[in-house]
Amino acid sequence: MFGAARPPVFYGLAVLLGLFVVFLYGPIATVVMLAFQGPEGGLVFPMNGVSLHWFAELFRPQSIGDIWGSFDRSIALGAIVMIATVLFSLLGGLAYRRRFLGATALFYIVIASLVMPSVVVSLGIGSMFEMLGIERTWYSSALGAHLTWTLPFGLLIMLAVFNRFNPSYEEAARDLGAGGWQTVRYIVVPIIAPSLVGVALFGFTLSYDEIARTSQSVGALNTLPLELEAMQTNATTPVIYALGAMTTGLSLFVIGACLLALMAVRRSRDRFGSDAGKAV
Amino acid sequence: MTIRSRRFPIVAYLEALPLASVFLVFFVVPIALVVVVSFFSYETYRILIPAFTLDNFRDVFSESVTYRTYLTTVKFCAIVWAITAILGFLIAYFLAFQLRSRVSQTVLLLICSIPFWTSIVIRMIAWIPLLGRNGLVNRGLLGMGIVDAPQEWLLYSEFAVIIGYVHLYTLMMIVPIFNSMMRIDHALVEAATDAGASTLQVLWTVILPLSKSGIAIGSIFVIAMVMGDFVTVDVLGGGQVASVGKQIATQLSYLQFPPAAANAMVLLLAVIAMIAVLVSIVDIRKEL
Repeated sequence: MFGAARPPVFYGLAVLLGLFVVFLYGPIATVVMLAFQGPEGGLVFPMNGVSLHWFAELFRPQSIGDIWGSFDRSIALGAIVMIATVLFSLLGGLAYRRRFLGATALFYIVIASLVMPSVVVSLGIGSMFEMLGIERTWYSSALGAHLTWTLPFGLLIMLAVFNRFNPSYEEAARDLGAGGWQTVRYIVVPIIAPSLVGVALFGFTLSYDEIARTSQSVGALNTLPLELEAMQTNATTPVIYALGAMTTGLSLFVIGACLLALMAVRRSRDRFGSDAGKAV
Repeated sequence: MTIRSRRFPIVAYLEALPLASVFLVFFVVPIALVVVVSFFSYETYRILIPAFTLDNFRDVFSESVTYRTYLTTVKFCAIVWAITAILGFLIAYFLAFQLRSRVSQTVLLLICSIPFWTSIVIRMIAWIPLLGRNGLVNRGLLGMGIVDAPQEWLLYSEFAVIIGYVHLYTLMMIVPIFNSMMRIDHALVEAATDAGASTLQVLWTVILPLSKSGIAIGSIFVIAMVMGDFVTVDVLGGGQVASVGKQIATQLSYLQFPPAAANAMVLLLAVIAMIAVLVSIVDIRKEL
């Protein structure tokens, strides 16, 4: 195969993928560009000068809506959801290595939660709190709603990881006298650490950007995506693009940080890991 | 086997407990309540009045708007499914079979995935300066002399909503199909080629049948997402387009919980019926 000429289909599909990537990133690139509109600039091209005016506008107290309050809530909620998703998915993944009563039922419930239309989940959680007479807040009902969305991803990743996990590492640890907790803490967790970073990435970003399941479960105080959706219906200035560029930048920063962490883990493994088979 | 016998099964229950509790409290009970609430009645200042009435369902089925919204939603599903399935299959095939290095595969798959971890709302809003009346597309079309007036159907239309769905959900097809394709033994492809099959024949008679489960999983995602969506319809439909999800969201914004619940039940049955067909094709646990 190597060195052989590329078939014509290769070039056709390469062009298709290229166009798809432009389609994927083009719109967000225009938003970022328009966020740098001059002070007189409007919601569409052409650019009327280049400035940071609309970013500065974000920090003015009289700005529309409760941007920073919702931003703080989204970050806090994302962090809580991330920790809970990593912890519960890891524990769930460990549980699924053994047989237990209800394992199949739980698995299908988790899958159902993944494909359940979000508006139905949102409505259900809203109704439950309404019937119990408990006020809906971002840290109770919306937290639960987010977990029904992030945990399926977390558990599926963990199941995939443990399907490929070699149990002889644990057996070796146990033969050397490690207890159950020690085996998990010093053997299993370090080996699957990169996947846990992946689960954390899903946990934070999916929560930070979640809107459908949050809509009926969040109560009086909005999260950032809901605030943005409310803003866009009567947006008249590029300030919404500045906010969009900022929040997308934050997402990209988190994704970049996770990828760097993964690369660092891989590099240190290459350096300090097994040298089996490397002898010349 | 040694692991299973040495550790107590009680540990498994404790490990599964947090996960199970979350789904019991925030998923199983709420969905059960949606069923219950769909039979409730309501007034302007009392959102939920316990009752057993079929009025909500009667309303759903007696209004002609219901049938029109379902027709629109199913139409969206069909169109978006067809586009994402073809696009997803071709891109997954390119990544899995046409690229030669693992690194370029990973990098390109990552490039396709990164938007998935960014905001849906922003990605939808981002279409507005492109497709709007004074947007980039209209300017381009006017500038090239293809049209002589701004095209109004580009934004706040069914077209815009479909563009939005394809933008959001093609990845949901690419990943599972790519996953299936990576398990295909390349020897099969070589055998087919040696036996004289063209690239297209290999694609159609070897790779397509073996990626069936990936296509089914991707389809489940896309159909479930499109059937229940209200955010994309809200942002890109701009009040001009109705979908089932949007209808439910509107009822909820007027605090009409029982009719929304009845509507949600009908939606759920429709989604379950569609997924049941796809699940019969594939065993999800084997795919991990």
